[in-house]
Amino acid sequence: MLQIEGLNVYYGGIHALKDLSLEVEQGEIVSLIGANGAGKSTTLNTISGLVRAKNGKILFKGQSITSMPVHDVVKAGIVQVPEGRRVFANLTVRDNLELGAYLRRDKAAVAADMRKVFRLFPRLEERQSQLAGTLSGGEQQMLAIGRGLMAAPQLLLLDEPSMGLAPMLVREIFRIIQEINKMGATILLVEQNAHMALAIAHRAYVLETGRVVLSGPAKQVLEMDEVKKAYLGG
Amino acid sequence: MNEFLQQVINGLSLGSVYALIALGYTMVYGIVRLINFAHGDIYMIGAFIGFFTTRVLHLSFIPALILSMACASLLGVIIERLAYKPLRHAPRIAILITAIGVSFLIEYSMIWAFSPQPRAYPDLLANYQLQLAGLIITAQQLFILGIAIILMLGLHFLVQKTKSGKAMRAVSYDMDAAALMGINVNSVISFTFAIGSALAGAAGLLVGVYYNRIDPLMGIMPGLKAFVAAVLGGIGIIPGAMVGGIIMGVAESLVSGFLSSTYRDAVAFAILIIILLVKPTGLLGKRSVEKV
Ligand SMILES: Nc1ncnc2c1ncn2[C@@H]1O[C@H](COP(=O)(O)OP(=O)(O)OP(=O)(O)O)[C@@H](O)[C@H]1O
Ligand SMILES: [Mg+2]
Repeated sequence: MLQIEGLNVYYGGIHALKDLSLEVEQGEIVSLIGANGAGKSTTLNTISGLVRAKNGKILFKGQSITSMPVHDVVKAGIVQVPEGRRVFANLTVRDNLELGAYLRRDKAAVAADMRKVFRLFPRLEERQSQLAGTLSGGEQQMLAIGRGLMAAPQLLLLDEPSMGLAPMLVREIFRIIQEINKMGATILLVEQNAHMALAIAHRAYVLETGRVVLSGPAKQVLEMDEVKKAYLGG
Repeated sequence: MNEFLQQVINGLSLGSVYALIALGYTMVYGIVRLINFAHGDIYMIGAFIGFFTTRVLHLSFIPALILSMACASLLGVIIERLAYKPLRHAPRIAILITAIGVSFLIEYSMIWAFSPQPRAYPDLLANYQLQLAGLIITAQQLFILGIAIILMLGLHFLVQKTKSGKAMRAVSYDMDAAALMGINVNSVISFTFAIGSALAGAAGLLVGVYYNRIDPLMGIMPGLKAFVAAVLGGIGIIPGAMVGGIIMGVAESLVSGFLSSTYRDAVAFAILIIILLVKPTGLLGKRSVEKV
């Protein structure tokens, strides 16, 4: 579904992604793990078009999206839930969710998806007329994910959805990610929480200073000594 | 007391015009963090369009108003596309200098094309007065205030209730996150310039009707004053621009009524200095505010 080949991204003099190649198949959950500054967010932002690659190719369903404007990438079906929530604090919860469905014209289906989001996150339904900026951190994360779902993504890019959440909620979020996947969305998941990310993923890539250093089925990656040492605390 | 109230009434219609212009400054600033110094000139163009549609084409007030707004809005979008968009990621100072350059370009093109001579506006509105408890209210004042209020209510509805308005607020809050919703950020920026400029165009026509004379440099002073009004209310905050504009108009009217009209232009700068010293974020400004 998504193919990235030989991607090189620079921030001025910083070479953030080095010849990065990866692939996501329809229906998969693929995890991308790596230390701080490894280039995980840069990868997602380059897919979304927020950051431009110097060279390399990004194909989605066989079509090049390498130099597409951000909003057209969304239209093509790739939706990113960015790192740090980035909810619109000045708008209500409901407005945030409606903006998630900004490009959709099918009113009935949007309403159905809104109900789906409220079923996954009942807390959001209770607070739909509250300003997003007044939600707790965990609620904002739910809103960010819910807002992403409102776009009816074919490929959902999640950047550290568990960041800053209490352990209970982390498990809940990962359960919901699996549920979203079962409902039909393909998922590329960036995570610091390598344990959980590898536990729910089909396949995984390990990124180190902008380069893919390991990849394979998530269960195998979980058993690799290098991964255990570097990301799983022993 | 009556004299005071009379000056307040005179100030209200003037203030509502400042508010209309200030809205454009504040909306554009809220989206792209740019002080559009050509905004006062868009107002001037609005006044000239009103002049030509009524004097030459003999249209009546409402069609002239609509045309002024449409042309001003087109001009605003063209300026944004040609002058500001290529500089979106350039240093601020480059954009600021460009804005000043655009302003000069419009002013002196108009002087070149139409001479610097002031022109007299046709009488578009009935010229009768209302007497109310010793106060004089002219039909023009009522009309200006009424049109300004209608436009501001329309804007409020647009920004708060419509999908485009919500997209605008989202872009103003976080441009990248808005783009990730599938919002075409460039279109939203153009739309913002279009709306802000249309309001300035309307203000131009209203002032032409009120003061009866227009000239190519007429946008400079009201532009500056409206900018101060926007800062007074809190730059980037829509209700702030409305409040700031009204205060500015009333203050100016009181000063010219009770002190001397030679000081009327000084009022704006006195207000600017005070607000920058006392509350630089403006009357309605908080630390984390909604920016459109
Ligand atoms: N806008 C930017 N300008 C300059 N350098 C940047 C920018 N964004 C990221 N970088 C640099 O690129 C590298 C990769 O950053 P990136 O945000 O992709 O890392 P990450 O893997 O997402 O890290 P984290 O886990 O901390 O979120 C880092 O060295 C970072 O400092
Ligand atoms: Mg990151």
